[in-house]
Amino acid sequence: MSLVLDVRDATKVYGAGETAVHALRGVSLQVEPGDYVAIMGASGSGKSTLMNIIGCLDVPTAGRFHLDGVDVGALDDRRQAVVRNRKIGFVFQSFNLIPRMTALMNVELPLAYGGVKPAERRRRALAALDLVGLADRVGHQPNELSGGQQQRVAIARALVNAPALLLADEPTGALDSTSTLDVLGIFDRLSATGRTIVVITHEADVAEHAKRVVRLRDGRVIEDTRLAPVDGLPPRLGEATA
Amino acid sequence: MSAVEIVRFAVRGLAANKMRSALTTLGILIGVAAVILLVAVGEGSSQSIQRNIQQLGANTLTVSSSTGGGGGGFRMARPQEDSGPRTQARPLTVDDARALADKAAAPHVASVSPVVSANAQAATYDGASHPIQQVIGTYPSYFEASNKPVAKGAYFFNDDVLAARKVVVIGQTVAENLFGPIDPVGKQITVTGVPFTVVGVLKEAGSAGGFQDADDVAIAPLTSVQQSLTGFGPLGQILVKAGSAADVAAAQAEITSVLDQRHGVGGTVAADYQILNQATLQETVSAATSTFTVLLAAVAAISLLVGGIGITNIMLVTVTERTREIGIRKAIGAPRGAILGQFLVEATLLSLVGGLLGVAIAVVGAQFTIAGITPVVVPSSVVLALGVSVAIGLFFGSYPANRAARLRPIEALRFE
Ligand SMILES: Nc1ncnc2c1ncn2[C@@H]1O[C@H](COP(=O)(O)OP(=O)(O)OP(=O)(O)O)[C@@H](O)[C@H]1O
Ligand SMILES: [Mg+2]
Repeated sequence: MSLVLDVRDATKVYGAGETAVHALRGVSLQVEPGDYVAIMGASGSGKSTLMNIIGCLDVPTAGRFHLDGVDVGALDDRRQAVVRNRKIGFVFQSFNLIPRMTALMNVELPLAYGGVKPAERRRRALAALDLVGLADRVGHQPNELSGGQQQRVAIARALVNAPALLLADEPTGALDSTSTLDVLGIFDRLSATGRTIVVITHEADVAEHAKRVVRLRDGRVIEDTRLAPVDGLPPRLGEATA
Repeated sequence: MSAVEIVRFAVRGLAANKMRSALTTLGILIGVAAVILLVAVGEGSSQSIQRNIQQLGANTLTVSSSTGGGGGGFRMARPQEDSGPRTQARPLTVDDARALADKAAAPHVASVSPVVSANAQAATYDGASHPIQQVIGTYPSYFEASNKPVAKGAYFFNDDVLAARKVVVIGQTVAENLFGPIDPVGKQITVTGVPFTVVGVLKEAGSAGGFQDADDVAIAPLTSVQQSLTGFGPLGQILVKAGSAADVAAAQAEITSVLDQRHGVGGTVAADYQILNQATLQETVSAATSTFTVLLAAVAAISLLVGGIGITNIMLVTVTERTREIGIRKAIGAPRGAILGQFLVEATLLSLVGGLLGVAIAVVGAQFTIAGITPVVVPSSVVLALGVSVAIGLFFGSYPANRAARLRPIEALRFE
């Protein structure tokens, strides 16, 4: 079975010499299509560093990394942009919406860079916003939305291109419990439709939504636990329907 | 992504930051308008001065007495009462003028006009009164030598001078102030109580670059002005016209030798008169006005620089915000070309709109008279101002974007 994600022995060193920080000391991680992985670990254990490398936002110091069968490190700048656009949806802790652009325009943006025609763009963006329950907020700018709503816009933006991999770095870190439940509910449903998801979290009850939990410490994987089968429903959704 | 799309993104980006866009446009606008207008004012004033000098008449030499405070300039015949002789210096006399008119001694001289003048003489006509800035007493040849044609009526004649007839040719300003719509020719005015008959009205000369109103004059026969206004003292100046432009230098030499002889100049005795050459004057004034224009251009260049720094400042201040935005755009898969294109188009639109508005405002502003000067827009200043400001806008608008677009997305996102 082809892997969506195949990281082999990735290392990341920030700085050099005396002050060098070894954020990753050889991480290997394989993710099959349809999996829902939670990455946990103490602060500074290298979670974000790993996530940024997976999301093609940063490059590893050493190690190999395949995304959907493609060796991303070997791609030129233009092709990497295409990979970020088509294969990856990234949700940030701090939302990272573009200010003074409406929710709809923010969600349309990846489609515009992907070369989708305006009418089709609008239709898909509206569908994505509908999926995250924001059909009635499409004309609002980020500063007119609550944190939870902004994060849902960001999720819609990450999803709109139907990426092979949805990445989220502490997506609920800045949200209250109700908004957290909204977001987790969206992830559960996405997982149920077969989407591959990797989420970073500090919170155990967030991790309980995933099918698999990976723990990092000091830049290494120290634990890899499966909570539910790859091709089944995510555990919480499974309980609810059972 | 198509070019149209990139332009649409740029317009959207500008609309999203209205304040920044407006300030940047304003900075460029002011810089461009200031340069063009200031250079236009400089050019306008230098052209008007040139024109006025040319109006004084070509091929003429002005001889004035150098006693009592330096020879007067062109047109401004020194008031009679200032020209009291000093030590042995001899004033200019009608006999001097007559000697210069001698074809044998001065073959290159075409005409000689002795001139006396009286300043600020009260003139009245039928209840209206007007102080004439300058009343000139001379011979009819003066009209041609000083390039003062009549628009209405006629000049006076040599007979009038010999008979000391009280006839006068008045300037436009005098005609307007005393007569209004009435035709002044044939009417009688009084100048300082003495009645004069108006025989002609001079053609309008136009303002003399703000020094003096060249139309606020009255010209009468030498003898009548001496009789009634100045008395039979020394002449203010002698206006000499050379046969042609090529004869001016020879005529000047002849005048010098005639007057040196008559005034006993030579050896230890310094000349008590001076000769003002129109061509020399023109060169001097040209040099002065071009210095003035350079000065204005320097002021303008500084304003362009200040405007440029303002633009740079606004562009750079928003770099942090824009760098994060670029990080976000890269993270969702924007190719570098699309990002660069957007920022380049944004910067181009801002600087072009600002620059063109600045040109428009400057061109409109140049239609008005500024401090008595009609500005003349110099095309090269338009090109320069527009070019420099657009270059500044483009560079500082796209350089930070270029730098940010080269960063890895995570670096751009973390930029502070
Ligand atoms: N740009 C950077 N330059 C230098 N060191 C960095 C940089 N980014 C991260 N680090 C270091 O790398 C290590 C791992 O950081 P990382 O952000 O991956 O941690 P994390 O597991 O995401 O922590 P948290 O849970 O607090 O977000 C930390 O020691 C951090 O200080
Ligand atoms: Mg982190």
